[in-house]
Amino acid sequence: MNAPYAVADFTPPPPMPLARRARIYLVEARTELLKVIRLPAYAIPTIAFPPLFYILFGLSFGGSRSVGPSMTVATYMMATYGAFGVMGAALFGFGVGVAIERGQGWMLVKRATPMPVAAYFAAKMAVSVVFGAAIVAILFALGAGFGGVQLPALTWLVLAGTLVAGALPFCAFGLFLGYLAGPNSAVPIVNLIYLPISFASGLWMPLRLLPGFFQKLAPWLPPYHYGQLALKTIGADAGGDLATHVGALAVFTLLSLAGAAFLYRRDEGKTWG
Amino acid sequence: MTGLPRPAAPQELAGDSISASAAGIFPLARLRQAHKRYGKIHALRGVDLAIRRGELVALLGPNGAGKTTAVKLLLGLARPTAGEVRVLGGDPRDAAVRRGVGAMLQVAKVPETLTVREHLEAFRSYYPRPMPFGRLVAIAGLEGLEKRKYGELSGGQQRRTLLALALSGDPELLLLDEPTVGLDVEARRALWREIRQLVSAGRSVLLTTHYLEEADALADRVVVLVEGRVVVDDTPAAIKSRFAGRRVRCSTRLERAELLALPGAASVTLEAGRAEIVCADAEPLVAALLVRDPALSHLEVGSAALDDAFLALTRDEAHTTPTAAPGGSR
Repeated sequence: MNAPYAVADFTPPPPMPLARRARIYLVEARTELLKVIRLPAYAIPTIAFPPLFYILFGLSFGGSRSVGPSMTVATYMMATYGAFGVMGAALFGFGVGVAIERGQGWMLVKRATPMPVAAYFAAKMAVSVVFGAAIVAILFALGAGFGGVQLPALTWLVLAGTLVAGALPFCAFGLFLGYLAGPNSAVPIVNLIYLPISFASGLWMPLRLLPGFFQKLAPWLPPYHYGQLALKTIGADAGGDLATHVGALAVFTLLSLAGAAFLYRRDEGKTWG
Repeated sequence: MTGLPRPAAPQELAGDSISASAAGIFPLARLRQAHKRYGKIHALRGVDLAIRRGELVALLGPNGAGKTTAVKLLLGLARPTAGEVRVLGGDPRDAAVRRGVGAMLQVAKVPETLTVREHLEAFRSYYPRPMPFGRLVAIAGLEGLEKRKYGELSGGQQRRTLLALALSGDPELLLLDEPTVGLDVEARRALWREIRQLVSAGRSVLLTTHYLEEADALADRVVVLVEGRVVVDDTPAAIKSRFAGRRVRCSTRLERAELLALPGAASVTLEAGRAEIVCADAEPLVAALLVRDPALSHLEVGSAALDDAFLALTRDEAHTTPTAAPGGSR
């Protein structure tokens, strides 16, 4: 047994052609989507809550009230609840999904296979984007159909693109939370972060209606910058610099990824992970 | 082989079964003086373990012996604190190596909303030469369940699905961590049949278990792990002949400690004056027993069951290596 190790004893499996590698990402994303869509306890609240809030706070008190020069409540809140919804889909899809599958050992089963770890995360991100896009589509339909929202065609598109792109930084943050939280603590932890920072960032109601304290706090919160980017597309933002908002979200994304990478490494030394 | 002072050299009996199965002398997978610490816990303390082509090795040990840790090292899911891990001639963390290895791990929860087919197709996509879907389903005995959601399967069917996931890449080497734990006798025997077929089809398997019966029923070679050390590395037959000792029963007024001090006593159960002593050789023990308690009655001598042999083996180890106390010495 102490003889030098010979490799000639077995034939290694063939390498993976590029097309087959790309297929892994597709199959993984499709499988993830099927898995999540069949979980009504997750899928329904994630998709339904933001439109419900929009109906309650944006439309039912009269969407045609104005929140600024030529800006209706229905239009303004369509953008901010869009940001709220996309962010929720990303935080729950990523954060809670990763925390549960990590804590229950399923991620370990997958990591023992030659599946690229990136395919696992890309699939979760794709599903968060699909959920986010669905939420935005529902909000747009409600706004146009019941809120009298009227925007130039290009503006609809730019707003939709901005909202959906916002999934990226919050997927990164979700990843970090997924490695921070355990399978049972993930849902309460995500809720305890998600709901207060959404409120304090002005995604539930315009910041200027909140006490001054919140207006000082908001620029330190990533969802504020996300909300401002969305509002900028319809000319309803507070006048901040585009580069400031994008830069703040970029820094937030990088910090989240760095934190996730640190926890991922720490996980490898543990008995579960 | 194990470097442990043992009455019988492992090679004596191990040779037979290995030559029957081994096309090569070089192991497909190997741990060499592997140590693993998790903080203060010293889970593996210098383990040597080799799996050769076409061989089924059972890694046997009580809970907490380090079996799962050994499997994790072989899968590249944990890094050894010291020592070497080689699988299929490479580092188990390489995707190329993982394409040749299949694993069945202990998992608390598998996504329940996906069907058997969806789970298998996802795993098949990870491999360059996956096992054909129909064959995979047939080997794992999942015919007719392809459209069933995982959450709707019975415990045995779920376990067979996990076995199918492990086989989806048509692997050279299979690592099965406690594949039958929690299954009823029938489901366990069904899974044994599948595993035997895989080995006769030329695959190499490492299986962890805490049932000696399972190791005995399946393995070419049994490696017994106790508190992170290899205690025995031998064929099941050799282990039985070395350790499946005798069982002495009697009614006695002696205390438990006195019984344990008898020559060769491996384990003692004492209840209301009825003692049961498992030992390697009955004669010297009975002689000493009669000297110490001339009044004893109902003396019976029989052969011990396999599980008693295992017990004797692990107890013996705990005695000869007092440093093996949990918590680590450094």
